[in-house]
Amino acid sequence: MDKKKINIEQVKQVAKLARLNLSEAEIAQFSTQMSDILQYVEKLDRLDTANIEPLAHCLPVSNCLREDIVKPSLGTEKTLANAPDSDGQFFIVPKILDEAGGP
Amino acid sequence: MQILELTCRQLRDKIAGGEVKSVDATTAVFEQIEKHDRQIGAYISTFKEQALAKAKQVDEKIAAKKPVGLLAGVPIAIKDNMCTTFGATTCASKILENFHSPYNATAVEKLLAADAVIVGKTNLDEFAMGSSTENSGLKKTVNPHDFSRVPGGSSGGAAAAVAAKMCFAALSSDTGGSIRQPASFCGIAGLKPTYGRVSRYGLVAYGSSLDQIGPLAKNVEDCALLLDVIAGHDEKDSTSVDEKTAPVRDWLSAVNNKPQNLKIAIVPELFKGADGEVVESVKKAIEIYKSSGAEIIEIKMPHFDYAIAAYYLIATAEASSNLARYDGVHYGHRTKNPADYIEVYSKSRDEALGDEVKRRIMLGTYALSSGYYDAYYLKALKVRNLIRSDFTAAFAKADCIVMPTSPTTAFKLGEKTNDPLQMYLADIYTIAVNLAGVPGISIPCGFDKNNLPIGLQIIAPAFAEEKLLQIAMLFENKTDFCKTAF
Repeated sequence: MDKKKINIEQVKQVAKLARLNLSEAEIAQFSTQMSDILQYVEKLDRLDTANIEPLAHCLPVSNCLREDIVKPSLGTEKTLANAPDSDGQFFIVPKILDEAGGP
Repeated sequence: MQILELTCRQLRDKIAGGEVKSVDATTAVFEQIEKHDRQIGAYISTFKEQALAKAKQVDEKIAAKKPVGLLAGVPIAIKDNMCTTFGATTCASKILENFHSPYNATAVEKLLAADAVIVGKTNLDEFAMGSSTENSGLKKTVNPHDFSRVPGGSSGGAAAAVAAKMCFAALSSDTGGSIRQPASFCGIAGLKPTYGRVSRYGLVAYGSSLDQIGPLAKNVEDCALLLDVIAGHDEKDSTSVDEKTAPVRDWLSAVNNKPQNLKIAIVPELFKGADGEVVESVKKAIEIYKSSGAEIIEIKMPHFDYAIAAYYLIATAEASSNLARYDGVHYGHRTKNPADYIEVYSKSRDEALGDEVKRRIMLGTYALSSGYYDAYYLKALKVRNLIRSDFTAAFAKADCIVMPTSPTTAFKLGEKTNDPLQMYLADIYTIAVNLAGVPGISIPCGFDKNNLPIGLQIIAPAFAEEKLLQIAMLFENKTDFCKTAF
């Protein structure tokens, strides 16, 4: 049995979620390294946090809203300037829908 | 007079007074870069023509007695994870190697408005993920004090550039110690301001609730001067705090005022984790404070030891979300001949992102994934609250907390690259500061037996930069540990 905190199959699943086309060698290496790190972070379990609120950020402010006013934006030319592929109007990507109309 | 020996403040005053030309200072900086940067590798890109043109413009303005900005004519470097409309913005990643930003980061705009001369953009660990700059996808940077050692990270290029006098100061960023630890390793000063003090607009996001822009400089006074330039609310960053909550001050004028009735907290337990020579230097620094009238209070921070574990869940979770934008569609590297649209994402990312970046995306994705969210991410956020409460309790008793910046001096190149966890553990003293959102500074406080610089970290309550800088200045005025190379 694989005693690692995260086994090869789980690493593959996470890589799929993260959209990383990892090689077999990377998957094996990450399984070992991530297991070490997850083992280390288990120390958090020593702390009783039953009555502690999660803290996502430390700012003394919340819900910063501004007036809904239209302001100038970058424009098409600047927006597409770094695109790997475009036709000057749109980003070009491979076909997403197949002939039957589903992905 | 050696121009390169001057601080930002001294150079600015001499330029404003007509005693030194910005063109001469800028020329001297580029001569220094041509002489040393092939070995040190601090810069990813430089802008010689543009810099000399700007310097000339400033000199002309001053000759014509026209008003100029706070940094008029002073050559400054920028860590290459801040967007600039000139040159590329690479984050030291192959995925952004040819990315040209359509806008400037707000902090960069403020430097330009202050009439600074932008020298170039400096190397870093890819996307600021690392503690040695060895994770750069583009080049290697070495420590100017010892070429066989790392400059620290992630802002290794910026710290090396300042220490090697290849600029007068640098704009940098700190997510878990990325300003303070390289400052410590390179013998200079580095300030991480309070979270929300400086706009993050145009700073390429890594851990959004932790990232903060700040200065790397030759001394404390220059940190104050740069903070004067970059601080303040920005409507483009909703996490930059309004100026009623966090008034922008004239820190440069205030920095030399001696703090009254100073109470300094130390955490004796934390000294156990550091090398003997580091502890010795920090204890000597505490004695210097004591002899200048400060009261030293011993405290405990029971949750401090959990900071690294909490950080590497929170920062990686935020990173996995932030780096989803590198999709091969809108900008950056795209794989050749993808079989389908999924491969546009997955192959582009695999081909152009480095090991450490992938590892953090993977960890973060795992910590946020269904079935593990409560056990990892949510747990880490709760522990973050406990860590902050340690700081709140400390600041109820003292004005600041003093400890080492790093448990060691600069380590050897390659020493920790094969064991990511060992590299993470080197951040023990800096990381909790980001989790608590408070400001911290690293200043030089001694040298080890190899003559490598040691850093003293001072931590203050949120938005107490004025006092933090004054406390650091008090030490700097009594000592002479700032050390540039060559």
